[in-house]
Amino acid sequence: MSELYFDNSSTTRVCREAAEKVMETMTENYGNPSSLHSLGFRAERAMDEARAAVAARLGAEKEEIYFTSGGTESNNIALFGAAHALKKRGNHIVTTQIEHPSVLNVMKRLEQEGFRVTYLKPDSFGHITAEQITGAVNGETILVSLMCVNNEVGSILPVEAAAQAVRAAGSPALVHVDAVQAFGKLPLRPRQAGIDLMSVSAHKIHGPKGVGALYVRRGVHLEPHVFGGGQEKNLRPGTEGMPLIAGFGAAVGALPEARAELRTMEELNAYCRGKLETIPEVTFNSAPDALPYILNFSAVGVRAETMLHFLSDRGIYLSSGSACSRGRESHVLSAMGLARERIASALRLSFSRYNTKEEIDVFAGALREGLSGLTRRPL
Amino acid sequence: MKEIILLKLGEVVLKGLNRRSFEETLLKNIRRRLDGLGSFEVHERQSTIYVTPRDEDADLFTAQERLSKVFGIASLTRACEVGKKMETILDAAAEYLRGPLSAVKTFKVESKRSDKQFPLNSPQICKEAGGYLLSKFPNLRVDVNHPDYTVRIEVRDAAAYVHGNAERGAGGIPVGTGGKAAILISGGIDSPVAAWMMARRGVELTAVHFASPPYTSERAEQKVRDLLTKVGAYAGRMTMFTVPFAKVQEQIMANCPEELFTVIMRRLMMRCAEKIARNEGCGALITGESLGQVASQTLEAIVCTDAAANMPVFRPLIGMDKREIVEISSRIDTYELSIQPYEDCCTVFTPKHPRTKPALKYVEKAEEALDCAALVDECVANVKKTPITPLG
Repeated sequence: MSELYFDNSSTTRVCREAAEKVMETMTENYGNPSSLHSLGFRAERAMDEARAAVAARLGAEKEEIYFTSGGTESNNIALFGAAHALKKRGNHIVTTQIEHPSVLNVMKRLEQEGFRVTYLKPDSFGHITAEQITGAVNGETILVSLMCVNNEVGSILPVEAAAQAVRAAGSPALVHVDAVQAFGKLPLRPRQAGIDLMSVSAHKIHGPKGVGALYVRRGVHLEPHVFGGGQEKNLRPGTEGMPLIAGFGAAVGALPEARAELRTMEELNAYCRGKLETIPEVTFNSAPDALPYILNFSAVGVRAETMLHFLSDRGIYLSSGSACSRGRESHVLSAMGLARERIASALRLSFSRYNTKEEIDVFAGALREGLSGLTRRPL
Repeated sequence: MKEIILLKLGEVVLKGLNRRSFEETLLKNIRRRLDGLGSFEVHERQSTIYVTPRDEDADLFTAQERLSKVFGIASLTRACEVGKKMETILDAAAEYLRGPLSAVKTFKVESKRSDKQFPLNSPQICKEAGGYLLSKFPNLRVDVNHPDYTVRIEVRDAAAYVHGNAERGAGGIPVGTGGKAAILISGGIDSPVAAWMMARRGVELTAVHFASPPYTSERAEQKVRDLLTKVGAYAGRMTMFTVPFAKVQEQIMANCPEELFTVIMRRLMMRCAEKIARNEGCGALITGESLGQVASQTLEAIVCTDAAANMPVFRPLIGMDKREIVEISSRIDTYELSIQPYEDCCTVFTPKHPRTKPALKYVEKAEEALDCAALVDECVANVKKTPITPLG
């Protein structure tokens, strides 16, 4: 049975370049980058190379990139670090209702500590407007945290408006962007957009799991929360996860040029929409202007999980809602105000450069089969 | 809306007949620094250099960052280029400067009109633009003396330009117009600053670094490469010569009085550097010496070191305080690298009690125990060349 993988926003298959680099770093270039001898120096060089690759992709300087264990840790370091560093300047934070749990749960914790958090509400397509952000930021605001691309529906948030809003309000706030779903897919230029902190992850771009990075704009101070031997300039100490870091660098190096791939994805997405449109039960939850890598839709009548297992039995892999909130009703779709039956039957396709139109044909056929064959239960 | 970068020339405009060659060198340096950022058109008119992107992919932001480090430019700003109709200019000003104008409380408008055919004169342009922006931004008040923000409108021959506050440029004169010199670079705080200061005066650089493996590590050498890359953002491309120096140091230790070790070592460094400098067509050496900073930089020690060189030695830091040097090194972003704690060739053999006031004749006498010419020849023969390219 062939394998059709449409769940690339959950994680991706590691590309050959990254896998080989990981292997090489585990078995040959295995030194500790802090060691003084030449094996250590070689490891340091490899780390430097990976850092330069990530920096180049973000239009940043090497010194502004800190390696972490992934998107969740990047978000935690950024949000706690910023809130605690600026707590004397104000106690208001702005974010949205559709953030990833690694932001929302940090916000909950910060609320317990006494911070006031404003959660912006999306429209029915998961959009947040620049006006909403401008309206929420005031002189007391110390932190604005937005995702660049929503992981469930692919809506693109106006992150550049955040920096402008902060400046217009004359607030000391730092701007954090969770770019886990956007990295490698949209051209990101945090320095130019006035963004102070940006989280990215390797395993969404065909790199290994367990590694990510945080962009920290030069001159921005974050309060550290882990203490140790000084690695990553004390922001994330602990012997660097070299195989994963080197693999991350290789995965970034193997990324196609963002704009070219975006066009391919637009084509694939449009093709898929065309196929699904002809199925009467299908309603799209992703807006037409969403990031084309993600297509969320409801196949009303069959529970998402039932359909997911039906497809999985045929070697077709996708997500119901979001993989992170397994089994729970999606907080994103709820915030978008969708009807319960649409939420309960929502499925997410997420593409990668390895997907083809032929695969979409097979998927669409299987979906039709499921819709006609599976018993419908009231949702 | 078409966005470009405007560069105002610095000291170059003071030059007389050779002004043209200064400008040409500057244009060449600018084009080189824009490499890899997309396609740009660069030309000069009326003491202003226009950097115009040829397509959408051109990265103006990084271009401005890089150009802020090119010597010969007094100030730079991004500007919006518009047609020469007052309405178009007003619309462009409100739209292009919306961000900064919504964020400040007071402003004024300045204008310059070199196209005398334009129907309004400068005061009229200011008045009209001021009134228009006040109506568009209710948060603003006019303050001609201490405005938070200044809107500038230039009506020139080819087009009109709207921009805000300009950023200060790197100043100085274009690298390549001031001859070529070799910097002796160690990896400390001072020498990168000295290199930067001479590059600012138009000097093209060649770098000479003394490494002492196995006493010093590959990391120490990497640190110097990284430092030169930072300096290169200002000074342009250069070649680094790494001189294997351990044998010379061992010879001095074995054959000369310990208290004269440092001064003799420095004399040999001068000789090696001079030889490399001559091969590379350099007219002078540059060091990061600052009077009285350490034992080898007392007036007497410098007299001894200087006597070993047969070409001019520039010491731009000679009268500077450490604090001033540190300030510059932070500004040019070499400080953090410089303070990384690796052994370098100057720290491995430091004598316990160096002579602070060595007399030249005793030093020359002590040196007779060595075959200096042969040692220098051997060093220079085994030198390693590394090209240094500024990042990006």
